[in-house]
Amino acid sequence: MPHGEDRIREALSKKSEIGSDIDIDAYESNKDAEVIDDLNSAPEDIRTDMINVGISSDDTGKAGTFMFIGNSLSHCSNKVQEGLEMITTQEALAKYDWAKDYIWNAVKPDKDKYTAKTYLEDSDGYFIWVKPGYHIKDPVQTCMLIRKKKSVQNVHNIIIVDEGASLELLTGCTTDTHANDALHIGVSEIYVKKNASVTFSMIHNWGKDTAVRPRTAAILEEGASYVNNYVILEPVGTLQSNPVAYLNGRGATCKFNTICVAQKGSDIDSGGVVVLNAPDTTAEIMSRSITKGGRMIARGRLVGNADGAKAHLECRSIVLEDGGLTLAIPELESTVADVEMTHEAAVGKIARDQIEYLMSRGLTEDDAVSMIVRGFLVGGIRGLPEHLEREINETIEKANLGN
Amino acid sequence: MLEIQDLHVEAGGREILKGIDLKVEEGETCVLFGPNGSGKSTLLAAIMGYGTCTVTQGKILFKGQDITHMSVDQRARLGIGMMMQRPPNVTGVKLGDLVKAAAGGDDSLLEKADEFRMKEFLDREINVGFSGGEIKRSELMQLTAQRPDFVLLDEPESGVDLESIDLIGKKVHELLYDTRACGGGRQNRHVSSLVITHTGQILDYIGADKAYILQQGLIRCQGRPMDLLKDIRERGYKECITCRMVKIE
Repeated sequence: MPHGEDRIREALSKKSEIGSDIDIDAYESNKDAEVIDDLNSAPEDIRTDMINVGISSDDTGKAGTFMFIGNSLSHCSNKVQEGLEMITTQEALAKYDWAKDYIWNAVKPDKDKYTAKTYLEDSDGYFIWVKPGYHIKDPVQTCMLIRKKKSVQNVHNIIIVDEGASLELLTGCTTDTHANDALHIGVSEIYVKKNASVTFSMIHNWGKDTAVRPRTAAILEEGASYVNNYVILEPVGTLQSNPVAYLNGRGATCKFNTICVAQKGSDIDSGGVVVLNAPDTTAEIMSRSITKGGRMIARGRLVGNADGAKAHLECRSIVLEDGGLTLAIPELESTVADVEMTHEAAVGKIARDQIEYLMSRGLTEDDAVSMIVRGFLVGGIRGLPEHLEREINETIEKANLGN
Repeated sequence: MLEIQDLHVEAGGREILKGIDLKVEEGETCVLFGPNGSGKSTLLAAIMGYGTCTVTQGKILFKGQDITHMSVDQRARLGIGMMMQRPPNVTGVKLGDLVKAAAGGDDSLLEKADEFRMKEFLDREINVGFSGGEIKRSELMQLTAQRPDFVLLDEPESGVDLESIDLIGKKVHELLYDTRACGGGRQNRHVSSLVITHTGQILDYIGADKAYILQQGLIRCQGRPMDLLKDIRERGYKECITCRMVKIE
C-alpha cells in the first residue's frame, strides 16, 4: 500500500478545508469512451463546446490536442512527436517505470474526498512530458468536457517539463448545456525541472449547476518558472480551487493570475498558494474579480521559508451590484527573517468619474462599464498570452457585464 | 448652438453657480475667464452632465433641445465634446481602444497618432502616469476621433511645455476649423466652443469671438476677448466685483 489505502479510504468522507461540501455519491462515474478521431468531424455541439473554452477543433498553431469526454480519452493528437510525449496517465504508468514517482507526489491522495476518489478509482487523465532541452513552440491544448447529467468527471493529469525545456498548455473545461448539473474533479500534478518553464492557462465555462473541485499542485526546481492563468467568466454552481506551487529550487519563480466573474447564483472560492522553500525565489499572485450578484472569495497565500524570497499578492474586486458576497483573503506567512512579501487588496465599485469620462466620448453607460471591466480584468495583468487575452476579451463581450 | 438660462448648480454640497446666463452661437468660439474657484470648470462639467454637479434651477439648451437632465452619453452623441483639465485614470483601458470607440469603431485615426505625438501611448492605460502635456494631447486625440459640433476646452494650455503648446494650439485649431470635409481648402465646418483660459495663450491659435468673466458663480462681464484679457492682465479680477455688471445681453 504505497500511500496507505486505509487512510485514503477514510479520506473519502473528508471535507475540503475550504469551500462548500459536495455529496460525491450523488454523481455517477461513467467510463464509457466516446472516441473522436478527427476533431473537425466531431459533432457540432462538441465543437461549439470546445470553441467556448478557447479550444479549436482546427488544431493549426497547436502542438497537439487532448480531449477527454467524461472520464475517458476521446482524442489525442501530437504533431510535434520529437521531444513531446502525449499519452494518458495510465499508459504512462505502464510504459515508464519512473512515472510512478510523479503520481501523487505533488498532490496528496488523502487531502480530501476529491483526491481520495480520484486515487481509489485509478482515474485516467493526460500525461504530458517534454523531454530535456525541448522547447515546444506552439501550445498543447486540452479539453475536458462533461456530456452526461449527474455524472462525475475525475481526471488525473501529470505534466513533466524536463530540464531546460518549455511548454505552454491551454486547457478548456466545459459541460454540455444539458449536462450542466455535474461534478468535475481534476487532479493535476505539474513538475517543472531545473531551468524549465511552463505556462498553464485554463479557461472554464461550466453550467450554472456544475460543481468544480480541481486539485492542482506544481513542484519547481532550481531556476524553474511556472505561470498559472485561471479564467472563469461564465456562471458556475460551486467552484473551489486553490492550486499550490512549491518553489523548491533556488531562483525558481511562479505567477498565479486569476480572472473571475461571480455571476448571480455562482459560488466561487478561488485562490493560490505559493510556498517559497528555496533561496532567492520569487512569486506573484494576482487576482482580479467581478462580483455580479454571486459569491466571490479571492484567496492568496504566500509562505516564505528561505532567505531572499520575494513575493507580492494582489486581490482586487469590483462589485457591480448589491447582494452576493465579495471576500478577499490575502495571507502572508514567513518562517525566516530575510524575506520581502507584500499584499494589496481592494473591494469596491467602479469610480463614477471613470464611467462618465468614457460616456463623454459617446459610449453608453453599459459600454463604458464593460470597457472598464475588461480593462480591470485583463489590463492589469502583465504577460498573459496574446491569444488568451483575445479569448478573454471575447468572452467578456459575450458575458455582457455592462448591465 | 448652446444657451444657458439662469443656471444654478451645486457641487460638493455647495452652490457653485448662482444663476448663469450664457449663449454660444453656431460657429462661435467663446472664452471663459475668471479667477480660480469661480466655477468655470463646474460650468463645463454641468454642460457635459457629469454627476459631480447637480442642476438645482435653470436650463441648458443645446441645438434647441433641453439637455438639462440628459445623460452624459446622450449629450456626447448630440455633439458635445469635452477636454478635461484633470481627467481620471482609467486603469487597464488602453488609450487606443478609447480613441477607436470615440470614433464609433473607426480606427483610422490611430495611424495618425504621431501627429499628436501619442504613438507610444496607444497601448498605455489612459492617463496613468501621463504628464500634463501628454494628458492634453491624449484628450485632443480623443476629441478629434469624436468629432463633436461643440467643444468644451478646460485650460487646454495649462501645465504644458512651450514645445507642446504649439502642437496643442494647432490641433485645437484643426478641431475647431475642420477642413477635412472639403479636401483641405477653406473651412466648411466651424465647430463651436467654450474655452477656459487663464493665460490666453490658446487665443494665439484660435480666433475667439466673445468672452465672459465668471466670478463667484456669476457672469460678471462680457466683451471682446482680447480687450477683456488685456484688462484682466492690467487690473486683475477685483474690478469685476465692484463693477457688478451682472445683467448682460
